[in-house]
Amino acid sequence: MTGPQQPETEQKGMSRRNFMKNTGLVAGGLVGGSLLGGLVTNQVKKPTTGNEASTENLLEARTFFSRSEDFEILSAAAERIFPKDDLGPGAIELGVPYFIDRQLSGEWGTNAKEYMRGPFPQNAEKANYEDKDRQQDEQGPNAETQVPAPTPRYQTPMTRAEIFTEGVRALEQTAQEKYDTNFRKLEASQQDEILQLFNEGKGKMNGVSSETFFNLLLQTTIEGTYADPVYGGNRNMEAWRMKEFPGPRMGYTDGIDKKDFIVMKPESLRSYQGH
Amino acid sequence: MVKKLEKVNVVVVGSGWAGGIVSAEMAKAGHKVVLLERGKKQERSDYIGVKDELRYTNRYELMQNLSRETITSRVTMDETALPVRTRKEMMAGTDLGGGSVHWAGATYRWRAYDFEIRSKTIERYGKNKIPEGMTIQDWGITYDEMEPYYDRWEKTAGISGEPDPLGDKRSSDYPNPPMKESPALRLFKDTTKKMGYHPYQVASGNLSQAYTNPDGEAMNACMFCSYCTQYGCDFSAKSDPLATVIPTALKTNNCEIRTNSQVRRVLHSGGKATGVLYTDTRTGEEFEQPADIVVLAAFSFSNNRLLMLSEIGQQYDPKTRKGTIGRNFNAQTNITFQGARGYFEDKKFNLYMGAGALGAAMSDFAGDNFDHTDLDFINGGGIEIRQYGDAAIASNHVPDGTPKWGPEFKKNSIHYAYRNLRVWYTPAIMSWWFNYLDLDPTYKDEYGDPLLRVTFQYTDQDRNIAKFGIEKCTEIMKEMGADIIDPDSYPEQFDHVYDGGHYAGGVIMGADPATSAVNNYLQMWDMENLFVVGGSAFPQFAGHHPTATIGALGYRAAEGVEKYLKNAGPLVEAKHASLNA
Repeated sequence: MTGPQQPETEQKGMSRRNFMKNTGLVAGGLVGGSLLGGLVTNQVKKPTTGNEASTENLLEARTFFSRSEDFEILSAAAERIFPKDDLGPGAIELGVPYFIDRQLSGEWGTNAKEYMRGPFPQNAEKANYEDKDRQQDEQGPNAETQVPAPTPRYQTPMTRAEIFTEGVRALEQTAQEKYDTNFRKLEASQQDEILQLFNEGKGKMNGVSSETFFNLLLQTTIEGTYADPVYGGNRNMEAWRMKEFPGPRMGYTDGIDKKDFIVMKPESLRSYQGH
Repeated sequence: MVKKLEKVNVVVVGSGWAGGIVSAEMAKAGHKVVLLERGKKQERSDYIGVKDELRYTNRYELMQNLSRETITSRVTMDETALPVRTRKEMMAGTDLGGGSVHWAGATYRWRAYDFEIRSKTIERYGKNKIPEGMTIQDWGITYDEMEPYYDRWEKTAGISGEPDPLGDKRSSDYPNPPMKESPALRLFKDTTKKMGYHPYQVASGNLSQAYTNPDGEAMNACMFCSYCTQYGCDFSAKSDPLATVIPTALKTNNCEIRTNSQVRRVLHSGGKATGVLYTDTRTGEEFEQPADIVVLAAFSFSNNRLLMLSEIGQQYDPKTRKGTIGRNFNAQTNITFQGARGYFEDKKFNLYMGAGALGAAMSDFAGDNFDHTDLDFINGGGIEIRQYGDAAIASNHVPDGTPKWGPEFKKNSIHYAYRNLRVWYTPAIMSWWFNYLDLDPTYKDEYGDPLLRVTFQYTDQDRNIAKFGIEKCTEIMKEMGADIIDPDSYPEQFDHVYDGGHYAGGVIMGADPATSAVNNYLQMWDMENLFVVGGSAFPQFAGHHPTATIGALGYRAAEGVEKYLKNAGPLVEAKHASLNA
């Protein structure tokens, strides 16, 4: 099984396969992107609702954030970074906050595989190493594999989990100071304004620059949007569908030299591993 | 209490291409070999079904656990170096097969010019072309002498490719034809050909067809699944030590592999190595493994640090410019892979398909293939387009000016996900007297041993060559018909990110013991039964990816070890004409 998979079946009306049969466009499972890409994207609307007892719903619980308010601030911030719009679901609908919560309780959030021995430099200049902004395209031979978030240079004894806890509370504090209300209750534009402040390193935060927190928030939001659903985000592979990404496949020996763009129904790691 | 083990002929430290090749060759010749690897045991079946972008690409599953050990980094000698703490900034491979398991597969031979760079530069442009303080030097071996070892490694690895039209002489073709060409590659080739350049398909360690190598190891054809760089291969279709030299070594019954074995010292007495001291990382037990010959074939950082911790050779001191261990650190970093990204409104490429080394390149601006008389730098590099195959987290490229987040980012990142291509330059990195390695005075590893310290800065050479590359790549991208072109900007200074694996030097090869640590058989000048193999031997970095050269050096070293076992003594006569700048 090496070739491209069969095209995605539409949820209503004519399947794409039938459409192509009818229009004589079937070519070994290939779909011309310019002709059909738009059509496909437009027709994908609602995620499969799934039944209430599905595992996905059972995974909707916090394993890191102990205060629900903290989690709600995180959710509101992530949604501004990747908002729901005409193109499809946003961070909350995709389960991104749960993805981030779970990442923070695990190896990455606890910095288990990072060098965390002291001394940690105390002077301001060195403490701000992590502010150094780095574009994705300037990162060496693996630049292609990086998320489009600047990479901080880490020089703090705080773990990522600690930075997030401080960070969401700093967002809340800023909302209180500026607007006298909760971050999650602000208008989208007001939330954006505060996030932009943090993005520029001008937010008030303990331990690290607000930009460091923002960069981690941005990175994990994008990761949670597009990682395999097994990690709690990208619910029902909706983000993959939105981006026409097929998920892990055996290979594309028959497709690699083809000129037309090929759209496939996404498949997850679960199906790839044969469950 | 150190437990002393039974003596063997050869103990090899590190199981990547370099250590794997030496182990296989020695075991095939009938010598008793022990191969020590700090990471865990793994085999090809460990990679079946693990196409998980988050785990491998974003969480660096195959990289060294830095909680035990890392490096420290600074730009200039008067700064305090700081530890490189996260795996995002420090990607060094570990586990059986080493960093060679997660490589992309891009295969280039280095050029005749590279091996004799100092002589050839002076010959063509005069002495003044090499700036004061640039410590580039000849390798003490020529391309013609290296050629048979390249050839041998390419056959072991089943490299799939076609000759570089501007490359040096080859004794035979690659053992397999090039991989299939994708429309993106075709566009690059057609365009550059029209511009009068000489494009070709990048030779790959991703196999274009099923292949059995001369040692009888079988590999499959690559299926372009795209889970390649930073991954082990799901199908045994990417050539690596786990698919080739490791099983070759094992089937002789002469090679014992011990994983979870962290070598901490090379033991020596009376100017000869006697073996190594290592710790079992699971139990903390310490062992002494005696051997007739010690081969250090770990990553360049570890090779350097082990010599320094073991007090072998003379530590390089930038103030006096004397000493050889740690000299000429050189690396491809964030100034190296610069070019231009183009966005195409009416083209959509299947960019979720690909392979680590699926690419096209041209060498018109590589090495000394072009006249440098009026240029403010020496050397050059390849120009490449690569189609790695981006999964969904990676494919978030947006034109400059797009916000990094929010509705416009979302819209553009989805719209351009399959509508962008990048062409980049892979320039050579020259060595300087102030770029070097030594032990850090402050930071320690889990055993209390000092970390390795990197001191590394960019110069005008680096900035000028990067600028040149960006201009060339931008011109090509224009001709390719991109609607929006974003030329890269190059950083003024090193950002301490070690994410590409191309870090080299410090135990460099040469003809003169005053300016090199090993001779052209990778034998230490200061300790004749100690061989130090790998990227650590590069006196400077050439303008192409390094793996083939490490493979070739592996075979060269194996030949040296074999010679030494037959007839102990220095394998090369030292030349004392100092070429040092």
